[in-house]
Amino acid sequence: AGTTRAFAQQKLTEKELLAFDPVGNVTLVHVTDIHGQLMPLYFREPSTNLGVGDAKGQPPHVTGKDFLTRFGVAPGSSSAYALTSEDFEALAKTYGRIGGLDRAATIIKAIRAERGDKVVLLDGGDTWQGSWSSLKTRGQDMIDCMALLKPDAMTGHWEFTYGTERVKQAVDGLGFPFLGLNIRDTEWNEPAFEASTMIERGGVKIAVLGQAFPYTPVANPRWMIPNWSFGVREEDVQTQVDKARKDGAGLVVLLSHNGFDVDRKLASRVKGLDVILTGHTHDALPEAVKVGKTLLIASGSSGKFVSRLDLDVKDGEVKGYRYKLIPLFSDVITPDPAMAAKIAEVRKPFAAYLARPLGRTETLLYRRGNFNGTFDDLICQALLQERDAEIALSPGFRWGTSVMPGQDITFEDVTNATAITYPAVYRTGMTGTRLKEIIEDVADNLFNVDPYYQQGGDMVRIGGMSYAIDVNKPQGQRISDMRLIKTGAAIDPSREYQVAGWASVNEGTQGPPIWEVVSSYLQRQKTVRLEPNRAVKVSGV
Amino acid sequence: FVALTVLPMAANAEPGNDAAEMIKKFTGGKEATKGKITLDLPEIAENGNTVPLALTVESPMTAENYVKEVLFVADGNPNAGVATLMFTPMSGKAEASIRIRLAQTQNVIAVAKMSDGSLFTERKTVKVTIGGCGG
Amino acid sequence: MADKPRIKLPKEAKKGEIIQIKTLVSHLMESGQRKDAQGKPIPRKIINKFTCEFNGKPVFSCVLEPAISANPYIQFDARVDEEGTFKFAWTDDDGSVLTAEEKIALKA
Ligand SMILES: [Mn+2]
Ligand SMILES: [Mn+2]
Repeated sequence: AGTTRAFAQQKLTEKELLAFDPVGNVTLVHVTDIHGQLMPLYFREPSTNLGVGDAKGQPPHVTGKDFLTRFGVAPGSSSAYALTSEDFEALAKTYGRIGGLDRAATIIKAIRAERGDKVVLLDGGDTWQGSWSSLKTRGQDMIDCMALLKPDAMTGHWEFTYGTERVKQAVDGLGFPFLGLNIRDTEWNEPAFEASTMIERGGVKIAVLGQAFPYTPVANPRWMIPNWSFGVREEDVQTQVDKARKDGAGLVVLLSHNGFDVDRKLASRVKGLDVILTGHTHDALPEAVKVGKTLLIASGSSGKFVSRLDLDVKDGEVKGYRYKLIPLFSDVITPDPAMAAKIAEVRKPFAAYLARPLGRTETLLYRRGNFNGTFDDLICQALLQERDAEIALSPGFRWGTSVMPGQDITFEDVTNATAITYPAVYRTGMTGTRLKEIIEDVADNLFNVDPYYQQGGDMVRIGGMSYAIDVNKPQGQRISDMRLIKTGAAIDPSREYQVAGWASVNEGTQGPPIWEVVSSYLQRQKTVRLEPNRAVKVSGV
Repeated sequence: FVALTVLPMAANAEPGNDAAEMIKKFTGGKEATKGKITLDLPEIAENGNTVPLALTVESPMTAENYVKEVLFVADGNPNAGVATLMFTPMSGKAEASIRIRLAQTQNVIAVAKMSDGSLFTERKTVKVTIGGCGG
Repeated sequence: MADKPRIKLPKEAKKGEIIQIKTLVSHLMESGQRKDAQGKPIPRKIINKFTCEFNGKPVFSCVLEPAISANPYIQFDARVDEEGTFKFAWTDDDGSVLTAEEKIALKA
């Protein structure tokens, strides 16, 4: 990447980003997993994203140089920067921040201007959570901004962490359907949300079915939504597809928050789905993946991309398609004025508070990766020190923005990685046996060979302890060689260790919120330097 | 992510409870064929204390040909027994739903006895997990 | 067993129609495997049997074990060939029986 930023930008224009050779009579526009990110940001894609079983080596389980080769992306190009972790720091200097909902608005407006009444805009969920302003407004900041884009439907996952009452109230005020064919009430086992919506565009009746994250009450606090039960519910998906076809749908789209591997399996088993707009696992793929007759689209996360899928639909069949994952280079795209004003308005009460620098980082802070990220390493260090613990546990969330070397770490950066409704930092004694049980349990949620048994996060991040993992082993046998880093001593199954962690799904967990713990650590440290994490030895790859 | 969850019931039961004996008693030692039964159980339980279980058995449910009884056992609970459902031609369909307790990750096994004495079986693994994390 | 059972079924059906019936009762379903604060085993107390009859003829029944969740939910189907009355009965380990009835009419 010897190019200067100005030179690179000369070659990159809004027009180029929008360039698309249109096809057919329907255009699906998809955004997903924005996670409360209204502003342009840095976001490093994962360098490790392992697939197991049938998914091994298949997209999206391709990273770094393999990704560039697999998709024919030139090293050092804008696409390489947007889609991979290769040369990230250098390329970030060249290509700048990415995303911003005002940039997304510009792109979506342009597509609508070009394609008129052929366009459907769908939001895959994880939209209302992931930032301080989203947390403080219980998602209202995102709801107000997204409203300007006039989506046709959405589904959800982290939305549910605002609790039953808030979700109901917010959904009632949306003005478009919040779909969840896989959500039922726990009392009478009856549908709790609308399953689908029929939209007519370009002379085609388009059925959009919505699938919320199947494991919301497992991965997130069940007590916040005690009356709703989720699940993959493959048979219910089939029932809804059949119903949609009977009702005259010429195109059937699943707006899904299943995660990519679950959707790949679903596509191989449910008949009659034309398109699955995938979400949850935050994968960004520049090509559609075809499973049988079903097209799978993966539109990334954090507001980095807008997906455009043109479809030629005739006689209830997709005869042709063209797809583009549009990266939102923020320096290149003119912000939409109305959206920019709305973003400024919703952020105004928080902007000054968020901009406070807490410390500085000498190294890149990022989160994505199956086993560790430097931002999580920082959180674990804060947990160990501020809570005087031997071992720290931090959840394997896939959202959270990156901070470049030499930058201040602001309160906004910290809350972009921590803003959740169950932030309490607990401190508790745990035996070595219990620790192993927990790590094995999380590993199986990530590496079970059957995608329907996966939950789609990354591994729990561990501070103060090293371990080895063989991803191909069954549950209970993946983890070995657990050691306290400080002493090198093997973890004693019967000894109790002092463990600090956050994001417990248990009701009534006590402790200070994680952003306070990380803030006070940073203010004490002033400057942090995160060395490469060598605490996890991975095999079976 | 969580570290503090306690699994429901006594989580120390080992596979090898009385599941096999209960099935043997139900079938009279006769072999049950895989098929005819659809078990709708979550892959991962949201709450081990209340796991929804839906059963469908293929059958015309006429006076001459119907599903008589369906035995449910769980091979990882302290006791294998879950329920025995008894249908009649007046049931119209051999379909039912109940909610069950699962102490840990295990198999739920169904065995159906038809009016002609033939036997069918199906099983599904339900994972009971500590939970947490997410994308 | 204090609360009244709750039952969901249609008020009327066509002759020969198969309807769905959902039932819920409040019950702790004490498994017999738990211990109290003093470490003493809490004795088992569950609903061990449920039956449904229509006009005196058996429709569906089940034997329940301690692995059934608290507040047992039982859903099943019934074919309606005539108008009449469904009778439901839940038998407790203590011998008490909770009953309920629902009428169904035939659609013209
Ligand atoms: Mn998600
Ligand atoms: Mn997400």
